[in-house]
Amino acid sequence: MDLAYTPEEEEFRARLRAWLTRTLPLLPPKPSPDDWPARRAYDLGWQRRLYDAGYAHVHWDASPTVRLIFLEETERAGAPYVGANFVGLLHAGPTIAAEGTPAQRERWLEPILKGEEVWCQGFSEPDAGSDLASLRTRARRDGDVYRVTGSKIWTSHAEVADWCELLVRTDPDAPRHQGITWLAMPMDAPGVTVRPLRTLAGSAEFAEVFLDDVPVPVANRVGAENDGWRVTMVTLSFERGTAFAGEVVACRRVLAELAREAHGNGRWDDPALRRRLGRLEAEFRALWRLVQWNVGEATENGVPGAGGSVFKLRYSHARQQLYDATADVLGDAALDLDRPWVLERLSSLSYTIAAGTSQIQRTIVAQRVLGLPKGR
Amino acid sequence: MRFQLTDDQRALRAGVREVLARRFGPDALRAAVARPGLDRELWRALGEAGFFALRLPEARGGVGLGLPEAVLAFEEAGRASLPGPLLGTHLAAGTVPGAAEGETVVAVVDGALVEWWDEADVVVGEGGAGAVPMRSVDPLTPLRRVPDAVACTADPVAVLLTAAEQLGTATRACELAVGHARTREQFGRPIGAFQAVQHLCADLLVRTEVARSAVYAASVTGDAADAAAARVLADEAAAQGARDCLQVFGGMGFTWEAEVHLLLKRAWVRARRSGGAEQSEELLARALLSGTD
Ligand SMILES: Cc1cc2nc3c(=O)[nH]c(=O)nc-3n(C[C@H](O)[C@H](O)[C@H](O)COP(=O)(O)OP(=O)(O)OC[C@H]3O[C@@H](n4cnc5c(N)ncnc54)[C@H](O)[C@@H]3O)c2cc1C
Repeated sequence: MDLAYTPEEEEFRARLRAWLTRTLPLLPPKPSPDDWPARRAYDLGWQRRLYDAGYAHVHWDASPTVRLIFLEETERAGAPYVGANFVGLLHAGPTIAAEGTPAQRERWLEPILKGEEVWCQGFSEPDAGSDLASLRTRARRDGDVYRVTGSKIWTSHAEVADWCELLVRTDPDAPRHQGITWLAMPMDAPGVTVRPLRTLAGSAEFAEVFLDDVPVPVANRVGAENDGWRVTMVTLSFERGTAFAGEVVACRRVLAELAREAHGNGRWDDPALRRRLGRLEAEFRALWRLVQWNVGEATENGVPGAGGSVFKLRYSHARQQLYDATADVLGDAALDLDRPWVLERLSSLSYTIAAGTSQIQRTIVAQRVLGLPKGR
Repeated sequence: MRFQLTDDQRALRAGVREVLARRFGPDALRAAVARPGLDRELWRALGEAGFFALRLPEARGGVGLGLPEAVLAFEEAGRASLPGPLLGTHLAAGTVPGAAEGETVVAVVDGALVEWWDEADVVVGEGGAGAVPMRSVDPLTPLRRVPDAVACTADPVAVLLTAAEQLGTATRACELAVGHARTREQFGRPIGAFQAVQHLCADLLVRTEVARSAVYAASVTGDAADAAAARVLADEAAAQGARDCLQVFGGMGFTWEAEVHLLLKRAWVRARRSGGAEQSEELLARALLSGTD
């Protein structure tokens, strides 16, 4: 067991740290969370800087350990997170890299890395959430285009996306998992309507996307027709790798700030609160070690492994506990939306739902990791 | 960074597991409950296998390994619910003659409690003589209570090795629950096909794996706050894991014959050691304020 980094890894860390110190002061002020066009510009600008400095590929080609260092250092320095580039960098890009044709890789990968194009993920439908394989959005072949009709929901940053990784049903008669196809849909195609949805935090994080006879070139199909489920599983395995590593670092910083706040406002004298914060510190220390353990496993076996679901389950719950603890420290101020942590407390509620609910994750752990029999 | 067991560490773990399976399997565990007392022969066998001298330098007759290896050995001891003052004797190796070899059984006064006072050859710490016997909740850990005990700061190594034993209990609880869920049938199918049971098992695994990363990492860093974090999570994984395991076993889990209650009771005993979770949580809270990592 070894927690030390190699000299090359430490050199990468030092170089990145120096670059962050130079670069972060040059960034424009963070836009308001409600101003999506400004957020898009901000996130793309950051991605462009990463590209010019040679760090843009890190999510795709770097070793799991180097990616971990990247996420740790950028978060520690307070650098922007992937933001609007989330789907492009962490889902669509890796999927196209793994499953796309040379022409597709050429067309789509570079613009993602350069911060020129934003992607969104059109998987969920009003009647197909946890049960994604029941999706009904229909794509009919018509010469060299598919004509797509249906609707998607909870599509994050659909308003500002250029492309959508879209799952459609191409064979309604095939067994559920076998009639699905993965398409790259231009968001400005005729027939696409985006209707923003307000979240419980008041912001417009995601949207409903209506598709009315939208033409999508057959050339935009990644993988074979009706093979989209397998392609999707490739996508999802990327989502659970180290994607949350930076967030654990961020949570640890919030927890330390919370302790200082409690110390300042006198609540620190309450041993029950101290012990609660101490327990959260144990939790986030352990989650960071679990990230490192999973990275070690990925390095050894070449795949993220089942540790991703174990991590996702525990982390999403821990994050909610952390922000619930802010209410104990802040007291009445926890009801004031202008105070720090209050909005984050609200958005933490999505963590046990998005990217597969905790119930679905538990079933995955029970069946795929522990090998319990499939239920009905 | 290669935070995974090395081949040597895997071999060591397998070796300890094998020795314990042979000398102290589930049948021996049940037999020990029927006839409590310390098995001196087993104790010497552990000594010969290097369990107590594991971290003692080779120059002083020890095995010369480190905290990570000790953690793996204690995890296996916990997994087998091995009784006896393992921690006291291990910590005394090199200072109390005969401890390293398993010839001398060493108990420790730990706050207000002493485990195995009557069976020990040597008791380390103050107040043991005045300790009053109590009817221990754990049939395999005799306890005495020290009146007017003074609280002291726990040794991080004791905290960590306790956490390692708790991790072993959590691992065992998970194995037992999953094994039972696969084979026990109700409504014409294995109970493990029911989602309520699957989710209990998934939570057992998640708590165990989170505790495992924390315990292993603390063994590498040797840091007091890391050890405290490991113990907080391992206590939870062991105690809640044993409860969930009991639930998966149904009525059988509530019997004296099943192993499950022994896991839970041992987890409760260990949770009181070395200042308990309370001291660990306070230490971590202080670490938060001081900004140390
Ligand atoms: C903030 C946010 C952002 C999102 N972004 C995107 C996005 O960009 N693109 C996209 O495609 N999707 C996105 N989603 C959708 C997300 O993946 C789904 O919300 C999620 O998979 C759950 O589906 P659902 O909302 O339809 O809930 P349902 O599937 O209807 O579930 C409702 C409840 O039933 C439970 N349940 C359902 N089935 C089972 C079962 N078999 N066993 C046990 N319990 C079950 C669930 O756990 C949940 O508690 C986002 C969601 C959120 C909250």
